[in-house]
Amino acid sequence: MGSRGNAGQVTRRQFVAAGALGSAALAVGCKSGNWEFLTDTQARTLGAICDQIVPADDFPSASQAGVLNYIDRQLMRHYRKHRGAYLDGLEQAEAMSRKRFGGELAGLSQQQQLEIVNGLSEQNSTFFGLVRNHTMEGYYGAPRHGGNRDGVSWRMLGLPEPPVRGRAQYDLTKHDPSGVAQ
Amino acid sequence: MKRVNAVVVGAGAAGGIVAKELAVAGLSVVLLERGKWYTANDCRKDDLRNQRTTILGNAFGPEDEGNPRVWVDAKGDAHTVLPSEGPYQNDASCVGGGTLSYGAQAWRYMPQDFRMRSTYGAPAGSSLEDWPISYDELESYYEKAEYEIGISGDYSGTPFHGQRKRPLPMPPLPPGREFAILEPAAKRLGLHPFHIPMARNSVPYNGRGPCMRCRWCVGFACEVDAKNGSQNTVIPIALGTGNCELRTECVVKEVLTDERGRARGVAYFDEIGHLQEQLSDIVIVSGCATESARLLLNSKSKLFPDGLGNRYDQVGRNLQGHHYTGAVGYFDFETYDDVGPGATIAISDYNHGTPGLCGGGMLANEFIRLPIHMIDRLPEGTPRWGLGHKQAMREWHKRCIQIFGPTQQIPTAEGRVTVDPGVKDKWGLPVVRISGNVHPHTFEIGEVQAKRAAAWLKEAGAIHISTMSGKPEVVSAGQHQAGTCRMGNDPRNSVVNRNCQIHDVDNVFVIDSSVHVTNGGFNPALTIMAVAYFASEALVKNWKGTGFRG
Repeated sequence: MGSRGNAGQVTRRQFVAAGALGSAALAVGCKSGNWEFLTDTQARTLGAICDQIVPADDFPSASQAGVLNYIDRQLMRHYRKHRGAYLDGLEQAEAMSRKRFGGELAGLSQQQQLEIVNGLSEQNSTFFGLVRNHTMEGYYGAPRHGGNRDGVSWRMLGLPEPPVRGRAQYDLTKHDPSGVAQ
Repeated sequence: MKRVNAVVVGAGAAGGIVAKELAVAGLSVVLLERGKWYTANDCRKDDLRNQRTTILGNAFGPEDEGNPRVWVDAKGDAHTVLPSEGPYQNDASCVGGGTLSYGAQAWRYMPQDFRMRSTYGAPAGSSLEDWPISYDELESYYEKAEYEIGISGDYSGTPFHGQRKRPLPMPPLPPGREFAILEPAAKRLGLHPFHIPMARNSVPYNGRGPCMRCRWCVGFACEVDAKNGSQNTVIPIALGTGNCELRTECVVKEVLTDERGRARGVAYFDEIGHLQEQLSDIVIVSGCATESARLLLNSKSKLFPDGLGNRYDQVGRNLQGHHYTGAVGYFDFETYDDVGPGATIAISDYNHGTPGLCGGGMLANEFIRLPIHMIDRLPEGTPRWGLGHKQAMREWHKRCIQIFGPTQQIPTAEGRVTVDPGVKDKWGLPVVRISGNVHPHTFEIGEVQAKRAAAWLKEAGAIHISTMSGKPEVVSAGQHQAGTCRMGNDPRNSVVNRNCQIHDVDNVFVIDSSVHVTNGGFNPALTIMAVAYFASEALVKNWKGTGFRG
């Protein structure tokens, strides 16, 4: 588990996964080498959804912080079991976008994207629940898994990055009961 | 393979102690552990993959691949579950067992915890019972565990504990900010807050240094080896005697018995998957409540067609853990100091003595707070995603305190472990099947405990409070699992006697949390250790050279 195949293997694995689930997702886009599992088209759709879950403000959005790296990697590892849900859910999001606004999700305005994502959360709560949790994990979890680029979310929360690794950070001789060096 | 006096199955909290006590007494011991031996260098501080937060899997086993279990839900539907999923009720599989990566609270149960049925009477539908041993009988073994394993803390702030002859061997760590906020509030409420007893060095002890206060305790191996488990205390002593051999990555298939029903050793798969036999005079099963029960149930023979020691259909019953409830308080000032171990302050005022409730539990502040834990721990009404959620994360991450505690469970005979008739693990062994639910009175106690936690937070100045007291439709076991081979005097409603010896078979012992009759309102590790010292002493006393006469 966890081996990084070359691009050919990735395509074959994805083909098997997609084929087994009867999804037509392979019809759109082709491998670019940017992602282990996703196509560029799927990544654009997923990025639009993730950025509604954690939008940009003074701090980066989900996709700006690398959440897509996290999800893409885990779809080749711990979340292999969710591949079918992703392929179907992303396709559904695009279908909703085309039907409602006549274009691909990533090309819509923020307000239009929010409308589609709200609809998705009602029509496919299983898929949306997965993306919501995985986006949070990628954004707030350790950078080692591909998201939370440069520990940006931890710095946003005022936490040390890298996380405190010991006594050197504290002066335990001070009388402040918390022992935190001022 | 050379025959030995004793095979110990499982190198966790109990198995490590048993191996050490027997090896020191001169018995030859083989200690079998299905997991690996990790060290402080294996502390990866991975917030998504550790033993507490298993989003991407368990850090210290078992692996998701090849180790399924079956969980039967409240409707009776069976699901195959993986070790990183909640209903699996996982405990770590590695040298040290849960004690490598636990938070390391090291509580003594209270005298009433050993006399639950006498104190309260058994609620309808429960299997509430007394232990066949008392707190007073265990007291000196608790003390031995506190000194040999190494416990810091200070009980002097509370009258709510059993008598003790000696103080803890180490003072508590200096208090953190949450302690400073919560202590005066508890005192204003007339409660008795004190420093949690912890298996953690606050000063140099046992040849290792003190805690560096990093707050990555529960779920992780300690980076500076200041947290004390069996893997860095008793197991090295056992090996140092020259009488004990530790074999890791060995999965025991069954306890082998002779035509008279006595054990003659165990069959196990070694680290490359070859089936081996280790013959021995005695066998000690210390695999944790779920796995010990499974091993006995999988050890079938002509004399024990339903599993070793299972003549009265008792093996696997009374599975219990703790029902955790509490509250989160949100403050208009910073409460977070990022100083470990995090959990520092507790009260045991509410463990017993509330009219209408069969027991209660201790309440303490929480160990670790990582951003990933906060995503679903925001004030009620916070959006689950979007800008509002992101802003709430910024607003509350450093301005909240969580108080919760292990409500003592009322056991039932239906909360149980059996072996699944169909699903097998990668060695071809039938897997644990978990069924049953928590007794409803446990939920009633838990709800009261949550309100008490909320009242404490309110007194401390919380401006919003969310209580946490669900009614999960799944038996609770997890890292606090206990009760599947209950200790008792009557073979018809227990599996082992007071010395942890199986009623029917004098050379097979179960020594681990499986024997707990009830599981206290506290983290169980120190009681597992005390019982292990108690049972080991009885075993050594009854040992007659190469044979065993119980």
